[in-house]
Amino acid sequence: MGMTLTEKILARHSGQDRVEPGQIINAKVDLVLANELSAAVAIGVMRGIKGADRVFDSSRIALVEDHFVPAKDAQSAKLAKLMKDFAIEQNIEHFFDVGRGGIEHVVLPEEGLIAPGELIVGGDSHTCTYGAFGAFATGMGSTDIAAAFVLGEVWLKVPGSIKLVYNGNLGHMVYAKDLMLRTVGELGIDGATYRAIEYHGTTVDELSITGRITMANMAIEAGAKNGIFHADAKTIAYVKERTSRNFVVEGADADAVYERVVTIDVDSLEPQVACPHTPDNVHPISEVAADNVNVDQVFIGSCTNGYIEDLRVVAKILEGKKIASNLRVIVNPGSQKVWMQAAQEGILTTLAGAGCVVNTPGCGACFGGHMGTLGDGERAISTTNRNYVGRMGSPKAEVFLASPATCAASALTGKITDPRVLELAGV
Amino acid sequence: MEDSMRGKAHKYGKNVDTDVIIPGKYCNIIDPVELGKHALEGLDPEYTAKMKTGDIIVADTNFGCGSSREVAPIAIKGSGTSAVIAKSFARIFYRNALNIGLPIFESEAAVDGIANGDEIEVRPATGTIVNHTKGEQYQAAEFPPFMRSLIDAGGLVPYVEKRLAQAKG
Repeated sequence: MGMTLTEKILARHSGQDRVEPGQIINAKVDLVLANELSAAVAIGVMRGIKGADRVFDSSRIALVEDHFVPAKDAQSAKLAKLMKDFAIEQNIEHFFDVGRGGIEHVVLPEEGLIAPGELIVGGDSHTCTYGAFGAFATGMGSTDIAAAFVLGEVWLKVPGSIKLVYNGNLGHMVYAKDLMLRTVGELGIDGATYRAIEYHGTTVDELSITGRITMANMAIEAGAKNGIFHADAKTIAYVKERTSRNFVVEGADADAVYERVVTIDVDSLEPQVACPHTPDNVHPISEVAADNVNVDQVFIGSCTNGYIEDLRVVAKILEGKKIASNLRVIVNPGSQKVWMQAAQEGILTTLAGAGCVVNTPGCGACFGGHMGTLGDGERAISTTNRNYVGRMGSPKAEVFLASPATCAASALTGKITDPRVLELAGV
Repeated sequence: MEDSMRGKAHKYGKNVDTDVIIPGKYCNIIDPVELGKHALEGLDPEYTAKMKTGDIIVADTNFGCGSSREVAPIAIKGSGTSAVIAKSFARIFYRNALNIGLPIFESEAAVDGIANGDEIEVRPATGTIVNHTKGEQYQAAEFPPFMRSLIDAGGLVPYVEKRLAQAKG
């Protein structure tokens, strides 16, 4: 009996020939990630562990200032400083301060810190993003992260795997985000709890690295422990451009055992929208747009859709046009590198010229932290990953989740709009 | 952890997510008592005003879904809530609750049997849940052996200390 991709990686990192779902293992980690919020709590825990003066390996920890930075207030500044002081004290090689990084999950792959076959744990639930590269990556809380800082190991329960098979071609203006929203709608927000999601099929073979990132990022929205793609020539080329370290490309066995196989037909898929207040409340754009849903804010960015490829799509739609009146459009390039690339390509000027505000890279708006918080009775359409009550600010606000193209089309009309219809109308 | 805790049940639905347990804007707070003042604010702004120390949250499936923020169980504990009973828990919340010492109980029968306001007693060592209002008793799912050993050892921190001591010989 063979093993799934997740089982292969977990077996190798726990020094075993094979592992099975439900088994508890101790696994060596290749990288431990934290941001200033999860690090602040983790550092406090680590200080309380007797005999734990140093991290296990200062080159295998990444600390990224991204949630409440540039500091929203004195309290946020305190947390940012706490992590920075710790990074200096522990000689952390991969510390990314404001202006040198951006959103953690955008930064780490860019910097060559993620490679196929690796095992990464992070103090952020969207750590599962790195599954895009054929790595096992999962989010944990701060106490687990403190233990990983010190031991370089974590205990894990081997998850059973759900195989998702996507067949067909993405239609015009239909993107990886639409695929993943459809998937979360199909599985439900607890449909993959305690499970690994393994992405397969001709559709995902054709996806760009960014598209795979978007999909792996939202595995947690179905409750999954991790979401993983097989590394292919595209993955290897991306990684080799950024790092010279060795890595092992693993693959699921042909006779691997899956708990479930779900097939999704892509050919007829239209753009999708997750309506308030759960990421699995997913409907096709034609249904949602028919209700004439006005919005107060459009947000473009995040670890789901804050990449250069996403900004190019948005700029193409907004080029030479103006956003609707009585609307604000906030764009956060995902990292300093994405910001600079967008600047070089003229994208930032295009977006600002259309009436968008371009913010500094960061997580603030997505989780209702700062720089784009919604007020009572406001409604937003956003490229982010969650729309729970109060997620982007007021518990009396509403958040709709969609692709960058759908958000850009909605920016031009001020209501939730099918980008294909807008294009036909020549707006 | 105390042998038993007793308080009133505050009953909620399914998918109580971390954004309503502790809204993002409070995630720059570390102090448990300060966090506790905002526990469940996104779901029930009256919760901290109406609850008394020792009270118990009772919820349906997938409690704690969403973010990995450890301040979610810390806020619940910091509010004086003694335990959470749910039909099921989201994965990261489950680990976090165990790691910070917030007692959690998984039991469909308890959630179905308990009404809002019932007087409930829970015993973490045995997983026993007693409904004093209705005169019923329920049994929570047992923790897997590895997690039981972590809990019995006093949590993850003593476990890490033991591992470090072993490594240093």
